[in-house]
Amino acid sequence: MRATEIAHIINAEIITGKDLADNLDIGTACGSDLMSDVIAFVKERVALLTGLTNPQVLRTADLMDIRLIIFVRGKKPSEEMIQMAREQGIVLMRTRDSMFVACGKLYQAGIKGDSSY
Amino acid sequence: MIIEYTIPRLDFSAAGKASTDMKRRLTQLGLPPALIKRVAIAMYEAEMNIAIHGGGGRAEVEISHDGIMTRFIDHGPGIADIELAMQEGYSTAPEEIRDMGFGAGMGLPNMKKNADELIIQSELNKGTTVQMYFKLPVGEQ
Repeated sequence: MRATEIAHIINAEIITGKDLADNLDIGTACGSDLMSDVIAFVKERVALLTGLTNPQVLRTADLMDIRLIIFVRGKKPSEEMIQMAREQGIVLMRTRDSMFVACGKLYQAGIKGDSSY
Repeated sequence: MIIEYTIPRLDFSAAGKASTDMKRRLTQLGLPPALIKRVAIAMYEAEMNIAIHGGGGRAEVEISHDGIMTRFIDHGPGIADIELAMQEGYSTAPEEIRDMGFGAGMGLPNMKKNADELIIQSELNKGTTVQMYFKLPVGEQ
């Protein structure tokens, strides 16, 4: 599913990377505030949903080749994070939905997670 | 080729710089993406450990024709029980670190999973050295 479609489903504002979002294809998603778990379990073409807003979220995404980060619960990333995302070619979005609701909407729309670890 | 990095204590805008820099260098060398990811993940966990637990320290990465050797050195409090620290979910990270999304007790297990060899030497009140080796596929430079 394209990242722009994802933004539409969860009514998210694209903070940076609008030009990238059109061609960004997402296969699955991971909802977590634990970056260590993201590092341990994430696979390919993943969108990361998180309520954390610190630069380590961007570092984690960079390491794991995550190209889309969705901040839930209306969280706002700092200017430093937005700048890092631009440099790294990562799309940032923000939704007012809770983690549970955002994940639920995306799952219902056909984005399936890895079912077991 | 040996590359050195300084890892400051509890500086979370700097923590992760060594591993992301190494990821780019290895990508430029044209190494296989799966190997690069393993090196970057393991280095990142080691870096975070030094920033959180080790009181800061340094990293050395040596790239040779047959492998990548990384060493992470700190002069922090040391690890009291390495076997316990290797267990998934065990962590001594304080609350404020957990609030940042770390301290899940996955660091050392993640390093072990991603490195071909992991050696931890630690002495209480003296410090810790973590050595990780990654083999290069035959024929790669």
